[in-house]
Amino acid sequence: MEGKTGSNQPGMKIEIKNITKRFGAFTALDNVSLDFPSGDLVALLGPSGCGKTTLLRIIAGMETPDSGEVLFDGEDATRRNVRERHVGLVFQHYALFRHMSVFENVAFGLRVRPREDRPSKEEIRERVHGLLKLVQLDGLAARYPTQLSGGQRQRVALARALAVQPKLLLLDEPFGALDAKVRKELRRWLRLLHDEIHITSIFVTHDQEEALEVADRVAVLNTGKLEQVGTPDDVYQRPANAFVYNFLGSGVRLAGCIKGGRLRVGSLTLDGAEASHREDQETVVYVRPHDFQVERSYDGATGIGAFVARVLPVGPVVRLELFRYDTAEFIEVELTRERFDELGLQPADIVRLKPKSARVFTEDYSI
Amino acid sequence: MTGHVTHATPSVERSERSATAETPLVRWLLIGVALAFLGLFLVVPLAAVFVEAFSKGAAAYFAAIREPMAMAAIRLTLIAAFSAVVLNTVFGLVAAWAIAKFDFIGKSVLITLIDLPFSVSPVVSGLIYVLLFGMQGLFGPWLVEHDIKIIFATPGIILATTFVTFPFVARELIPLMESQGHEEEEAAISLGASGWQTFWRVTLPNVKWGLLYGLILCNARAMGEFGAVSVVSGHVRGQTNTIPLHVEILYNEYQFAAAFAVASLLALLTLVTLGVKTLIEWKARQEATSPV
Repeated sequence: MEGKTGSNQPGMKIEIKNITKRFGAFTALDNVSLDFPSGDLVALLGPSGCGKTTLLRIIAGMETPDSGEVLFDGEDATRRNVRERHVGLVFQHYALFRHMSVFENVAFGLRVRPREDRPSKEEIRERVHGLLKLVQLDGLAARYPTQLSGGQRQRVALARALAVQPKLLLLDEPFGALDAKVRKELRRWLRLLHDEIHITSIFVTHDQEEALEVADRVAVLNTGKLEQVGTPDDVYQRPANAFVYNFLGSGVRLAGCIKGGRLRVGSLTLDGAEASHREDQETVVYVRPHDFQVERSYDGATGIGAFVARVLPVGPVVRLELFRYDTAEFIEVELTRERFDELGLQPADIVRLKPKSARVFTEDYSI
Repeated sequence: MTGHVTHATPSVERSERSATAETPLVRWLLIGVALAFLGLFLVVPLAAVFVEAFSKGAAAYFAAIREPMAMAAIRLTLIAAFSAVVLNTVFGLVAAWAIAKFDFIGKSVLITLIDLPFSVSPVVSGLIYVLLFGMQGLFGPWLVEHDIKIIFATPGIILATTFVTFPFVARELIPLMESQGHEEEEAAISLGASGWQTFWRVTLPNVKWGLLYGLILCNARAMGEFGAVSVVSGHVRGQTNTIPLHVEILYNEYQFAAAFAVASLLALLTLVTLGVKTLIEWKARQEATSPV
């Protein structure tokens, strides 16, 4: 496909340096620095209002930062006009030209070129049909946007963005408006497409599953600050702080304490304490809901005692709402259906829990 | 089974009238009142115009229209309406664009100002221009010095007409453009289109039906405007009389058939406007559901 889109470089390297952006009293981005290596697919992940879309718009050139720099392949592009940036944009709500056919939508970027750079009619037709084939919509060229499904519209939007051979592709919540099944299909397809054309791509999402599944690297943002950046495995397995931990998956909060360099939760001793933790410090311990070992209660066992308040089967897993005896709190744990059947649990049964792995963060925060 | 059927019948009958519907009596009463009102205030007067216009036969009708003073009035009305439509189209597009696509200080003031001509009496609208450009007006002496005539001349009529019809296009476009947002424009610019190309290829086609609708209404009002034009016109026959002013003069001179003949032109315009308006609405709705 590189030959067809006509670019030999896979894509630009983007560097963000100390970007700050305020809207009135609201700080959308607070001194954010981030690198996007050439040819990578990077996800900007965070809750709404974290500044991820603002960052994307600054890279696109549709917002100007209050301070800081945007470098394209090492060159300062902070003040560069949108038109001169050669970025492909894909919007959450597609932003297709509603009065143009699919063909005209894709051809738009070529038709508006100055006469001397404009490809001939035949070249345009060839290029558009090539792109429509790439996004698997060949044959729908004469349709209008309203005659397409959401997934098809987003693929037209992608073909339209790729038609101008951008060095950078920016996608703003590209799957946000689609239903769950189409979203899943389309993001797998986007990943395959990216493997084929290797254009530097940045996409904004608030869906952690989407980010972890599609991206080469994930940058987690919160309240205008960069919390962590790394491979999907990195951010999930080694979250830098409690925010990242909780944003990438649910966590059960347990009260713990450091004693003798070990982490203690109730009568249990766990791994997970780090040298930085002070002795006798009260701390919050996080455990993923599926990281609990659940046993039917028997005397003399160590662990957290609880009774089953509710059983919620959700597809392949079963969620248990448990009531802790020691702290009188509800916690939710997750079992595989297999393990659940093995235990044969019913509401009001008594169980004991042992966290299989746990995380402690020095700087805690409250949700 | 038969038992079931007989049981089902009454419930079907009952379901014909949904829970929120009125009783037939209320329904027919409401429809009747609406129709009677419509007939009394719209259809009967419209018919009366044509009946009166032809009361002295078709020959008198066409003679009244072809009469030189009438022709001059028609010409002036066309010039004034055309100028007002062109000026207000440009202004309406610019204002709607600015209001819908940008945030700026004084935006709400601008929106309020656009509506001003709707709330000001047309006579006052005319007087404004007399006070500004009349002999004793603010710019009067300067205009006299440079031998420019605005009041009691065509420019004054164009100004007054434009002022009165000022809100139509802008009012039509602002909500439309606001609902469309600016993502399509952003997409166009990111694809390398210039501001001008974006306007012609993306913005304008998206609002074309709304724009046309605004133009039609603007034109109808411009041709029919009486009050504001009456103040600035000076009623010089064959020179500064528009159709409505000409009708008034003929009527005051007891030439009823001629007055109604010329008035019937405006009535025709109303009908044409109504037809075009319905056509545009139908077209726009068609395009919204399934494009061409």
